[in-house]
Amino acid sequence: MIYDIRLVIDYAYAAPSDGVRTILRLIPQGDAAQSVHSALLTIDPPPDERRDFTDFFGNVTTTVGWHHPVTAITYSLQTRIDRLPDPPFLDLSPPLAALAATLAAQQGLDPLSPHHFSGASARVAPLEEVTDFARDCLSPGMTVFQAVQAIGQALHRRLEFDAAATTVDTTPAEAFAQGRGVCQDFAHVMIAALRGIGVPAGYVSGFLRTFPPPGQPRLEGADAMHAWVQAWCGPEMGWVEFDPTNDQMAGPDYVTVARGRDYGDVLPVHGVLRSAGGQTSGQSVDMVPAEE
Amino acid sequence: MADPLSPLTVPPQAVADYLSGYHPAPGVADELFDTEGHIRPVWADLVATLHQLTPEQIAARFEQGNQYLRDAGVYFRQYSNDPLQERDWPLSHIPVILHESEWAGICDALAQRADLLELVMADLYGPGRLVSEGHLPADLIAGSREWLRPMVGIAPVGGHFLHLLAFEIGRSPDGSWFVLGDRTQAPSGAGFALENRMATGRIFPERVTRARIQRLAGFFGAFRDAINGLARAQGRGSGAAILTPGISNDTYWEQTYIARYLGMMLLEGEDLLVENGRAMVRTIDGPQPLGVLWRRVDGSFADPLELDGASRIGTPGMVEALRQGRLGLVNALGSGVLEMRAMLAFLPRISKILTGAPLAMPNIATWWCGGEAERAHVRDNAAQMLIGPAFSCDLPFDLGGASALGGTFRGDGRHGTIAEWLEAQAGQLVGQEAVTLSTTPVWDEGRIQPRPMTVRVFAARTAQGWRFMPGGYARIGKSGDATALAMQRGGSVADVWILSDQDVPEETLAPPPQVGEFQRQSPGILPSRAADNLFWLGRYVERGEDVIRLIRALHLRLAGTDNTADPLLTGLRTYLTELGVDPDLPVPAGLLQRIATARGCAAQVRDRFSVDGWAALGDLERTAQGMAATARPGDDTARAMSVLLRKMAGFSGLVHENMYRFAGWRFLSFGRALERADALAALLLRFADIAAPVGSFDIAVEVADSVITHQRRYRVETGRDTVVDLLALDADNPRAILFQIRRLRALAEDLPGADDHGRPGPLLTALLPLEAELRVALPDDLTAERLTAIRAGLQNLSEILTASCLR
Repeated sequence: MIYDIRLVIDYAYAAPSDGVRTILRLIPQGDAAQSVHSALLTIDPPPDERRDFTDFFGNVTTTVGWHHPVTAITYSLQTRIDRLPDPPFLDLSPPLAALAATLAAQQGLDPLSPHHFSGASARVAPLEEVTDFARDCLSPGMTVFQAVQAIGQALHRRLEFDAAATTVDTTPAEAFAQGRGVCQDFAHVMIAALRGIGVPAGYVSGFLRTFPPPGQPRLEGADAMHAWVQAWCGPEMGWVEFDPTNDQMAGPDYVTVARGRDYGDVLPVHGVLRSAGGQTSGQSVDMVPAEE
Repeated sequence: MADPLSPLTVPPQAVADYLSGYHPAPGVADELFDTEGHIRPVWADLVATLHQLTPEQIAARFEQGNQYLRDAGVYFRQYSNDPLQERDWPLSHIPVILHESEWAGICDALAQRADLLELVMADLYGPGRLVSEGHLPADLIAGSREWLRPMVGIAPVGGHFLHLLAFEIGRSPDGSWFVLGDRTQAPSGAGFALENRMATGRIFPERVTRARIQRLAGFFGAFRDAINGLARAQGRGSGAAILTPGISNDTYWEQTYIARYLGMMLLEGEDLLVENGRAMVRTIDGPQPLGVLWRRVDGSFADPLELDGASRIGTPGMVEALRQGRLGLVNALGSGVLEMRAMLAFLPRISKILTGAPLAMPNIATWWCGGEAERAHVRDNAAQMLIGPAFSCDLPFDLGGASALGGTFRGDGRHGTIAEWLEAQAGQLVGQEAVTLSTTPVWDEGRIQPRPMTVRVFAARTAQGWRFMPGGYARIGKSGDATALAMQRGGSVADVWILSDQDVPEETLAPPPQVGEFQRQSPGILPSRAADNLFWLGRYVERGEDVIRLIRALHLRLAGTDNTADPLLTGLRTYLTELGVDPDLPVPAGLLQRIATARGCAAQVRDRFSVDGWAALGDLERTAQGMAATARPGDDTARAMSVLLRKMAGFSGLVHENMYRFAGWRFLSFGRALERADALAALLLRFADIAAPVGSFDIAVEVADSVITHQRRYRVETGRDTVVDLLALDADNPRAILFQIRRLRALAEDLPGADDHGRPGPLLTALLPLEAELRVALPDDLTAERLTAIRAGLQNLSEILTASCLR
């Protein structure tokens, strides 16, 4: 399925801001599941410097800077993506009990190595209450993949989607305690849960189809950038992606932008500026099948 | 009695035996005595010197050393959670002495280790073979907060990751040396070593011995040359600077000292900006390129954009500058990963793999508990182990976090057995052999006693290879216990002398004799933040002085009248209250706060400030604080204020007489002149008002320190016209607005931006009309409206200066 995606993020500053530099992770990367036909990122006002590079985890990263004061910035992404069909699905994951030994046998620190995703990261540290919650979802003999699904489902029941309950800086502990949040919170709590039982897990940012195919309900999180979870299910099966916000595998309605250990690794717009006042920002996303 | 400071000229003749109670513990190596109980030859002169002195003479010499350190202002911060607590440098007065042949062996072994660390660093941030081939566990590296993923694949400028290293080494009972830890992130202590040496030189001035001690200066000269060489490779005009975390860092003093000593700028993260991949210093002349940073900031804090986003001390874009290969760093970001305790478990094997040779000097035996066999070994030998966090970068004896020593937990709140703990935490823990250190002499209550010690060895990369600082720094334990535990915080620091058999040549930091033409060094660039602090230092010093004069005038009146309703008293009280100063207190908080703010600004630019100037400000602050408790209203307070004024004048005199007339001095002077002009305008507005109570004119003249001039110039009673003439329009009275405006104009002519394509720049454009108005005005012209307008004009100057030079 070919999609046209349009993303607009804008910022307005209370006072003209000096020395603005931002780092962007907005441009999707082609992989086995998606082919990028075109991707155009425009920035207004045009920055005085701009460079693209690939970050440690393989994400397309853009650094931009302005050498004069700015009062507002708009980032617009227009991209056409061919979301390829997923291959036939087989659970090839090892029993959960055998995962630790499997993991220990993995050498190397390439970007896909599960070792990056097994310990604490800046925004997701192990949490006793979340680990206990994860253990309660397990039954003896489960494979890793079954465990991922069971925990994702249980979390979906446990947490309520609430766009007003949290901010980008809400911790997994807070979101879990109050039982509500947005896709970022769902993803962070699920990552904590999986790491708590020894399953390497990471954070995926991307887009979700705005209007579902006829007869299916509209999904939560489609009106802004979305987030879900990737879990490592052993060397044969590799990484699988699960969306705890909507309790489903991240299938053909999902387009990936960036991957990392947690939200901090994939921040769509991360900026530093010298300014006295505050700032406001807004975001809109449209992901529709291309008309050809 | 002999002069305690006279050099040793007669054969040693003991007046006392300070060694009678010196008993090294059995099974422990001692620096002073060899295994047969004989004093080692390198110590002979020092021991003879001491034994010639009475206890009083020794005490006097030690006090000389302490006095030196106090005068030099040497301090460190012991507890990071109390950032304002400054501690005296804890010098242990007797140095550690090693023979140069032994030292040469140490340096050879550590040069091998330094090269090995460079190889490991290059692999961890390059191909990653050590991990992929199984010589380092993947989860150990992936789990380290010091392994900075954004730095993977970024090659360092000049080809090397590591430029300055320190090694903490100790001596085993068998006399051999071992490494307790590597300092690869941002080693501290080299500046303290210089001060150790200066202080110890005061204590032991005997030329016979000193001539044979290897000097430290050559090391610093070589290191500076290496850094400057790296900077020059970045293009013409690219400087080198030291990057500091700021004044609350525990070794900030050392950083300012080293910056002055090496003649390098001391910058904070916000002094820098990155444009088009080039790191630049924000200066009063606009951004200036920077080639190399010697960082004292931990790697993860260096760039809030690509590293720790919460960092407030970093420079956004620094990683981008590194990625583009346009900034050299001493040391590369991410070098902290080498300090990780668990690394010591793998380095011996890695040495054989990467270099084909075993470590020439072993490190403390370490087992990473992530491996099953290692965990079992640690469990079975827990009684001889120190077990602690594997990812910690602290030295073994700086126990932080949960730990166990000799099979028992330290601290409380931990349940279960060591074995259970090891199983549960596994890869989070390391076991390290509980080592025994050698002991060295310290002076303890009139006797010489053995105390455990470690030596910190500094190594700098130069074009000729690793160059080692010959001695200078040892940590001394606080009790006689020779286990590494005694080395925890609270110990002291001693100089280390590397003694040659012959006299060694003098070394200084002076550059080698010039080849070719004489080149005059430019006075250097001034970062905007430093200029800003100097400007505000000037303003707050002047604000403080203004308040002191007002308080003095108030209390002189108080002493001269018993009429509490005296309208002059009321006028002064109201005026002070409006300035935020409580008129009912002899030394109000409003005054102390002005002085403290001035000192705070000075603290930010301590590397650009003379030791005397800093001491004068500190003296002023302490004196004022002391007076707050004792001064009584009336004459007593008036006298106290006169004392403060004289101390203030002492500071001003030091600045005026001694400070080089570089741009920084101009900002300081500009701040003072601006504030004084404004204070005079405000004073005239209130006390030179026609409607002001009788005697107000006298107050204006008195506060402005112009009583005698007024008498001589006008020989009449004060009137509005004489007061305004003297305090506003007089070009020769330093306490007149015109005088200060002319001064501001003269300063502005030498500030950046004074000339705008042949026309005056913004600052002069604002100043020239003010000056012209005051030059031609008569006292009657200077109405309240005009005075108010002049104050607004002065405020405008501050804003123009800030916009053009200080951001």
